[in-house]
Amino acid sequence: MTPAEICTKLQEKFGADVVSALVEAASPYVVVKTERIAEVAAFCKADPALVLDNLLCLSAVDFHKEKEPRMEVVYHLFSYTHFHRFALKVHVPREGARVPTVEATWGAANWHEREAWDLFGIVFDGHPDLRRILLPDDWEGHPLRKDWTDPDFYRGMRVKPTEQMADKAMKGEEFGTGPFQHDPFNAHVPVSGGEA
Amino acid sequence: MSATRPITSADTVGWRIDDIGPDEMILSMGPQHPSTHGVLRIELITDGELVRDARPHIGYLHRCFEKHCENVDYPGVIPYTDRLDYVASMGNSLGYCLAVEKLLAIEPSPYVQTIRVIMAELQRIASHCVAIGTYGMDLGAFTPFLHLLRDREKILDVFEWTCGARLLYNYNWVGGVSHDVPEGFVKACREIVSEFDQITYPELVNLLIGNKIFISRTAGVGVVSRELAISYDLTGPNLRGSGVKYDLRKDEPYSGYENYTFEVPVGEGQYGPKGSCFDRNWVRVVEMKESARIVSQALDRLEKLDKTDVREKVPKRVKPAKGEVFARSEAARGNLGYYVVADGTAVNPYRVKVKSPCFTAMSAFHHVARGVMIADIIALIGSFDVVLGEIDR
Amino acid sequence: MDALLRLFSLIPGWDQNVPAWASISLAGLLAAGLCLGFISLGPVGYVYVERKLAGFMQDRLGPMRVGPWGLLQTIADTIKLLFKEAIFPAAVNRPLFVVAPCLVVIGAFMGFAVLPFSPTWQGTDLDVGAFYVIAIGSLSTVGLIMAGWASNNKYALFGAMRSAAQIVSYEIPAVMSLIVVVMIAGSLSLQQIVAAQAGGLHNWFLWKFFPLNVIAFLVFFTATLAECNRTPFDIPEAESELVAGFHTEYSGFFFAMFFLAEYTEMFVASAMVSVLFLGGFAAPLPVLQTVAGFDIGPVWLIAKAWALVFVHMWLRWTLPRLRVDQLMHVAWKVLLPIALFLIVVIGGLLTAPATAGGFPWDPWFGWPLTALLCGYLMLTALRAWRWHARQVREAVA
Repeated sequence: MTPAEICTKLQEKFGADVVSALVEAASPYVVVKTERIAEVAAFCKADPALVLDNLLCLSAVDFHKEKEPRMEVVYHLFSYTHFHRFALKVHVPREGARVPTVEATWGAANWHEREAWDLFGIVFDGHPDLRRILLPDDWEGHPLRKDWTDPDFYRGMRVKPTEQMADKAMKGEEFGTGPFQHDPFNAHVPVSGGEA
Repeated sequence: MSATRPITSADTVGWRIDDIGPDEMILSMGPQHPSTHGVLRIELITDGELVRDARPHIGYLHRCFEKHCENVDYPGVIPYTDRLDYVASMGNSLGYCLAVEKLLAIEPSPYVQTIRVIMAELQRIASHCVAIGTYGMDLGAFTPFLHLLRDREKILDVFEWTCGARLLYNYNWVGGVSHDVPEGFVKACREIVSEFDQITYPELVNLLIGNKIFISRTAGVGVVSRELAISYDLTGPNLRGSGVKYDLRKDEPYSGYENYTFEVPVGEGQYGPKGSCFDRNWVRVVEMKESARIVSQALDRLEKLDKTDVREKVPKRVKPAKGEVFARSEAARGNLGYYVVADGTAVNPYRVKVKSPCFTAMSAFHHVARGVMIADIIALIGSFDVVLGEIDR
Repeated sequence: MDALLRLFSLIPGWDQNVPAWASISLAGLLAAGLCLGFISLGPVGYVYVERKLAGFMQDRLGPMRVGPWGLLQTIADTIKLLFKEAIFPAAVNRPLFVVAPCLVVIGAFMGFAVLPFSPTWQGTDLDVGAFYVIAIGSLSTVGLIMAGWASNNKYALFGAMRSAAQIVSYEIPAVMSLIVVVMIAGSLSLQQIVAAQAGGLHNWFLWKFFPLNVIAFLVFFTATLAECNRTPFDIPEAESELVAGFHTEYSGFFFAMFFLAEYTEMFVASAMVSVLFLGGFAAPLPVLQTVAGFDIGPVWLIAKAWALVFVHMWLRWTLPRLRVDQLMHVAWKVLLPIALFLIVVIGGLLTAPATAGGFPWDPWFGWPLTALLCGYLMLTALRAWRWHARQVREAVA
């Protein structure tokens, strides 16, 4: 099926829940209402004319400078029966983002959703095992968000050179030993927020 | 930060004593383990030698690839892509270049495309050499590994000759390649191909693949059904081992793959159910042979084509219009997808997401690992042929 | 010892000045020192040979840097191991942790006590020599389990459990095929077993009751291979699965002891196989038994044992490893029934007067088959060597 046909089919089935569509571009997609994504996903897989049985990729994108700051979750789908590709998108707010999980439909979504939670902080409702996947379990924050700033400390250890250290380094002076470490050697500096 | 979620016991590192039965034991395999192919950590609940449940933990090699990409310009990403799957770097940068070229709507000359195909296929042979060699080593056969590495060296020598690097090439550029092939390249490649056909392939089949112990260790172990493979987005040899005949080079040809004749091998289940470890490896072995076929055809083509400047179409400044693209290519380990979003104002990508084949293969691991033996866990990891650089990115 | 005593008496004035007890104990100590030197320095040689052989099979050179052709490599490694710190992890059970490698080494070395190197060169000719070797061989299992348990490491425990299961299982087919030999020889004494095979290659037990004893030989060889924990039966230390199995936590000298024990055991097992089936110190031709009046029996035994050690190494660098259940399958469902069948059949044949001394065609098979096998092996080795030389030439060019 062509993207336009897929789009029409989805619009027929879900009506106003398909918010917008772009089918003429190189990578066509439809934007779906966030709450309905699990049902749309199940339909895409089950419908004999679509059979989008393969989730190629699930990515989150942070659009923080738009007029309405939002995050998008993009589902790239593929069919091993009809060999056509399509994409679904949902828009979520940047704060308190929640999306129903599609893990029941495509197994591959399990880790992709964990990654999206890990790096963007999007909660996938109903996910069986929503833990951090790439970052350490005790990491704070979600670093692929565009407003992310690197922390100075990780578990009380300084992990980022200060400006003074950078200045010293530029002048070619000693600024500490090891990875930005200063006295006492390898001590865990107690910091508010970090562990002592 | 923004979204919060109650912290559960699953957030802590592993299973607890409450999760296991009276006769069971939690075995933490990795991240420092000789055969987890890098720094993969697998938590196993074992009852003696039997594995009741397995849970892979990844992220020990996380190098913030996607964050880096947002801070460098488009061509600047290419060296980082080399470091994703460090066993098959050519395929990674090729995939990225294809994505950006799609975004910019440029197409390199046939000459460049042919060079790319030769490089990608040689890299596939080299990568499968490592994959099958280390797989043999996982099963205790040391010798095939060194024989295969010996033959891989010859391919790396050619790469070094062409672009100066042996592992991380930075060879495929957006719109071209970094260097033209040197004088005598075709002859050297032909030698590699003939040596592969005459020595490596028969030797590999005689020494390892046809070995009765090897077959009994792999056939019927870790069977991935067709449905599971598709649902978990297994790609490449892992998918074809389960009997799905799908290869991007054939079905969605790029870089002029439509000009070459080659077969797409699928798992045949010679020794037991389809989709077992043996089938995945068998597919890799046959794929090497097919790659050698493609290389010799591409070499013929290269000789006939007019030589063009390989950097002819490399743009001075890459600044695509606002848009997004999801491009896939058939890397050595499966379909490597790049989702690149451009915002039209900056020279650096707004977002790059990599769908790596190993990541999805590893996510299906726990399904296959239940109920096998500890030795089979090793055989399973090896048969998925994971490279942790690509999983953790 | 006798030879040493005779040597002493050659020294002028020795018998008059040195009391008998002193010369006897001196000779005993010297002989013991020689034996210890031989058996504990043996592994240095085996390791070098194994590494060179592995290099040859894997199309590379093997050790080349330390000394000419890397001859001093293993010596350097041994020195390094001896001087390395033996690390005791905090949670180990220290007494057991220390005793375990000693026990393994003792188990491996005690086998030497009964190995007959010649009619006189033997620690002691026990009436139950064959039984003794098998019993002592199991002692190392205790050491392995101790090591695994004391290490307080799950991988080590897995390795220990696997090795216990494996050695206990393979002991049974080994003993069963041993019984075949014992029945034919009519004695458990190793000296008498060898004596029964004297008189040339066609008398070796390998060619008795052709082809039944060949099968018994294969069963016994496979079982000893498994008892030595060598590939394809090296699951107790399966380095790709269990990191290093029972010796995961060992380092330095204690690790070296495990290493020593492994190679010594390999030699003892191969020597046992050659005593039981390949005529021990008996030469293939009676003419070759003595050279210039000297009995060169020890040379024959060692040569045969080394040939079998070579087969061990050859298998190690060729075959993948079996899984635990497959290993048990081989022991209980393949080797054991075969061994039992052989006991019954050969036992029956021995009681029948017509075949009590073997089949009538026995003398006709030994020589041609051996010649055929040796010729084939030589040819293969020649081809491999020529290929290797070509590779080296090309690499140089």
